[in-house]
Amino acid sequence: MTRKEFVHFFLKNKKVIFAICVYAGLIILALVGPYLSPYKDPLAFVGPGYQPPSKEHWLGTNTFGQDIFTQLVYGLRSSLFVGLLGGTLATVIGLLIGFVAGYKGGWFDEILMMFTNILMVIPTLALLIIIAAYLPYRGVFIESIIIGFTAWPWTARAVRAQTLSLKTREFVDLARITARKPMKIIFGEIMPNMMSYVFMVFILQFGGAILAATGLDFIGLGPTRGISLGIMMQQATLWNAIQLGMWWWAITPGAVITLMVATLYVMNAGLDEVFNPKLREM
Amino acid sequence: MRKYLTKKILIYILTFFFAVTIDWAIPRFMPGNPINFLISRFAGLPESVKVLQSYFTQAFGLDKPLWEQYINFWKALFRGDLGISIYMYPQPVAKVIARALPYSLIVLLPAVLLSFAIGNRFGAFVARKKRLDNFALPVFYTLTASPYFWFGILLAWIFGVVIPLFPLAGAYSFGITPSFSWDFILDFLHHWVLPFGSLFLVMLGGWAIGMRNMIIYELEANYSRYLEALGSSQRLIRRYAYRNAILPQVTGLAIQLGTVVAGALTTEIVFSYPGIGYILMQGILNQDYFLIQGCFLFIILGVLLANFLVDIFYVIIDPRIRKSYSGEV
Repeated sequence: MTRKEFVHFFLKNKKVIFAICVYAGLIILALVGPYLSPYKDPLAFVGPGYQPPSKEHWLGTNTFGQDIFTQLVYGLRSSLFVGLLGGTLATVIGLLIGFVAGYKGGWFDEILMMFTNILMVIPTLALLIIIAAYLPYRGVFIESIIIGFTAWPWTARAVRAQTLSLKTREFVDLARITARKPMKIIFGEIMPNMMSYVFMVFILQFGGAILAATGLDFIGLGPTRGISLGIMMQQATLWNAIQLGMWWWAITPGAVITLMVATLYVMNAGLDEVFNPKLREM
Repeated sequence: MRKYLTKKILIYILTFFFAVTIDWAIPRFMPGNPINFLISRFAGLPESVKVLQSYFTQAFGLDKPLWEQYINFWKALFRGDLGISIYMYPQPVAKVIARALPYSLIVLLPAVLLSFAIGNRFGAFVARKKRLDNFALPVFYTLTASPYFWFGILLAWIFGVVIPLFPLAGAYSFGITPSFSWDFILDFLHHWVLPFGSLFLVMLGGWAIGMRNMIIYELEANYSRYLEALGSSQRLIRRYAYRNAILPQVTGLAIQLGTVVAGALTTEIVFSYPGIGYILMQGILNQDYFLIQGCFLFIILGVLLANFLVDIFYVIIDPRIRKSYSGEV
């Protein structure tokens, strides 16, 4: 596909356009939200508790009188950060292991895949729990790193499979005959042919990291200081926000996460159509 | 077939070994020395520091060389000794977990099986039906994108607060004692609907989308085109497509198990449902490390077992695996 063709189908695809718009909105909200809000500190007690959405508190307040909108925009920031860092890390690790295992083959491949399969069976959240439980001080940065280091196995397996099929092509043979170094062949010949796939993997890892962080925050293993969307929901559950009918506290943070992740899926479906002519709507 | 299963079992044994090693190593080698951190929380009470110090030294066997600690850890494990819970002192962790396990299973198993069966049918039905697809797809995407526990919160709010149909917490009412009577069973089911429903619906979305995409892919395949050229009915073609498409879905089931279990854990917390997830949360809130470690091991064991069952199921439904390993193809 030429670049011009790509841009044409990319900009014509409704799903992709939709996803880009939603993410542009979310990123702007995360960037300027804290300045829009009249309250600077998401943890400050700024008003009476139990307030439904109003002019003073756009999304109401929680039991302690903290402003939900302020918490939400700060939580959005940390979610996007976890997605970016954790997702990137998981993608990079998965790519490297997949490429090397697939290209080198032999017992090297066997050992790497054995390790990958082992990690794949262990539920990521369980692994995160056991690591995070013993970290006395946790920040969003550490959380993203742990997520990145535990979420790569399926990527590695998929990339390995693709590498296996690509490495038998003529152009790779040709590069090998000219005595190019393996790393150069991987990044110069094999990876460019997988860029579309790599991009989609990144999108899935981005969403996966956000979901993993939310789960971790919710069971009480999130950042020890600061706020996140998962922590908001944990507090809402612990303080019986649902029973008290405080939907603005319990439901909104999760709705934002659902919007973020669902948009990523839509984006992926759209990209699939861009890259794969068979799937385009006829 | 035997070769295939042997290979899988080997992986599972290695995984278990790996998991136990992590379980053993993390409290000992984590930066910041978690055991010291635990003890330092009681720094204001010098008396209890001493007691705790000796307790932890004994419990973790810290006065022995590392390799001996490791072997002892395995020995204790095979005796079923997972330590004493701090949160529910002085009950052994194994007992606390054994009591919680049935509650987790009774929500998780039906949700996984039913959502897999119904979701796949639904996805196959929707594929390549333009109008239905346009309506169903956004719904499925929203379902599968929502965190399990958030969807639980949403259902709890809608069906517990706005329209108060179902109870919001616990596995049965306070006034009732567990027994095999109709009253109890009805009450139990009443409490069971929402946790089950939220798990079921979120999973349903994922399976339906996966199946829809697979069916579209299969309908593009040459054999479908050929059948079409021969003039076979759409129903027949779709049936063939379904049988091919279900295989990657079963593999997907094995891959998804971890996420599903994690989702079930968090959903239990929302509904204060007394399963493993709820216990785990209590363990975390109360810094009960033995309980956390025990839950970790149990979750891994469960996932391994489930993976193994999926593998066997895969052999049953895919004749190629059966045949290729016995040399018939």
